[in-house]
Amino acid sequence: MLDILKPPVAEFQDFLVLSGRALKNVFRAPHYWDDVFQQMDIIGVGGLAIVALIGFFSGLVITMQMSRSLSAYGAVDQVGPIVILILVRELGPVLTAVMVAGRSASGIASELGSMKVSEQIDAMRALGTDPIQKLVTPRMIATAVMLPLLTIIADLVGMLGGFLIAYFTLRLTPSQYWTPAYQTLEYNDLVQGLLKPFIFAFVISLVGCYYGMQTKGGTQGVGRATTQAVVVACVWIFVLDALLGRIFVHMG
Amino acid sequence: MSAAAAPPQSVLRFEDVSLAFDDTVALDHVSFEQAAGETRVVLGAAGSGKTSLLKTAIGLLKPDSGRVWLLGEEITCRGEHDLFRLRSRVGVLFQEGGLFDSLTVGENVAYPLENQQVGQAATPDEIERRVEDALRFVELEHTLDKTPDELSGGMRRRVGIARASVTEPPLVLYDSPTAGLDPITANTIVELIAKERDLRDTANLMVTYRYQDGEIMANFRYNPDSGQMVRVAHALESNGLRTIFMVLEGGRLVFEGSQKELEASNDPYVARFVRH
Repeated sequence: MLDILKPPVAEFQDFLVLSGRALKNVFRAPHYWDDVFQQMDIIGVGGLAIVALIGFFSGLVITMQMSRSLSAYGAVDQVGPIVILILVRELGPVLTAVMVAGRSASGIASELGSMKVSEQIDAMRALGTDPIQKLVTPRMIATAVMLPLLTIIADLVGMLGGFLIAYFTLRLTPSQYWTPAYQTLEYNDLVQGLLKPFIFAFVISLVGCYYGMQTKGGTQGVGRATTQAVVVACVWIFVLDALLGRIFVHMG
Repeated sequence: MSAAAAPPQSVLRFEDVSLAFDDTVALDHVSFEQAAGETRVVLGAAGSGKTSLLKTAIGLLKPDSGRVWLLGEEITCRGEHDLFRLRSRVGVLFQEGGLFDSLTVGENVAYPLENQQVGQAATPDEIERRVEDALRFVELEHTLDKTPDELSGGMRRRVGIARASVTEPPLVLYDSPTAGLDPITANTIVELIAKERDLRDTANLMVTYRYQDGEIMANFRYNPDSGQMVRVAHALESNGLRTIFMVLEGGRLVFEGSQKELEASNDPYVARFVRH
């Protein structure tokens, strides 16, 4: 029984060790700011289009689905508050994180994995550079900065998508949609909506880096690492989302 | 206790080193000592622990048991950051060159100068000059601005040699420098390695599966006057040209000695390397 548990526990321990060292390096020289900005560009600017697209359509779809039940109760004017709460609290952070996990966790895992199998990581260590400092920490910082920003953009574009439906099919005026939506938002919602992506960012970047750095077995191993990184990152995102949601719902 | 007991002239010393990955044994009680200026050629089939030996030598892998001294300092229990200073005095050529894809050839060769604490920090002009010198040495000065993926396998190894020797370390390690190359390119690479050794009088540890590589290292010497490799008569007795062969089998060191002894060996595994 214990033998079955050993590998996953050992793996989780390795993951925590890597995470600990990556976090420690944030406060330790040398800092590779060039790499941080380059990663911000790849993760943030590179992911902007797809995140905006996903945000737009999720806002659009929520409004469409909600409009039927809302009109049954004659509460169509409540569509703005409902869409904004769903987006800011749940779908914005989660969909953005899942999207970025698909884009960046896989990208990070395959890049680091290829570097691992072609001995570039070893070469880095042999040439006096800590690969965690040079590769993991910049990706972690870049994701932690960019994911909340991407989430904000996804939320805004999602609201816009919702507005299109509200305006054209539900025949609401702009102020009927935007004003109650804006007034509904509480401090708690905003904190939740920004804290979640901040935490998911660490999961995405560190899981991607962990599987990349663990890669064994040539090109096949790179593929395996990439798949595992995405799957594991997504699972953690949903688990943590439920956990955080529970905490915040009680606080609210 | 006697932690620093390794004689000062020894550049690398293994004492009863064992290393295993899960169930596979990579190194099995390996002990040897390499003197400064000495060339060691480690022969072994794939999976015999050659690469593990090399990585253990600079602390990239930690031995499960036994002790390792590098340039007179024990590295067995050193932390990563502590090892950087020591590693900056060792050049390494990885199997496929280990070049950074994201950097140009010039940046790759400059990397050790910019990131290792070699004496005082070099000025940009000096780095540029040394990078050009190192690339000229491997006859690739025209590739300065290319990226590694534009180069052939042999050229990548040559850039790797330039990167390994640009800081002029007293010890250079070569991991299968000729693996996957055609015989002509392979000989060019080994001759470059021998040339590097003879011009700067470095100690070399080369792991390979090709006996010819060791043959060249043991019997040829670079003549700076003619600019060519010349065969040395009675290589083993001649002026300090010491080449010692080691043979690994399944992580065990089954042979250590001169070329003459190697060729006279009756061990069927050892003899297999010499025959072809």
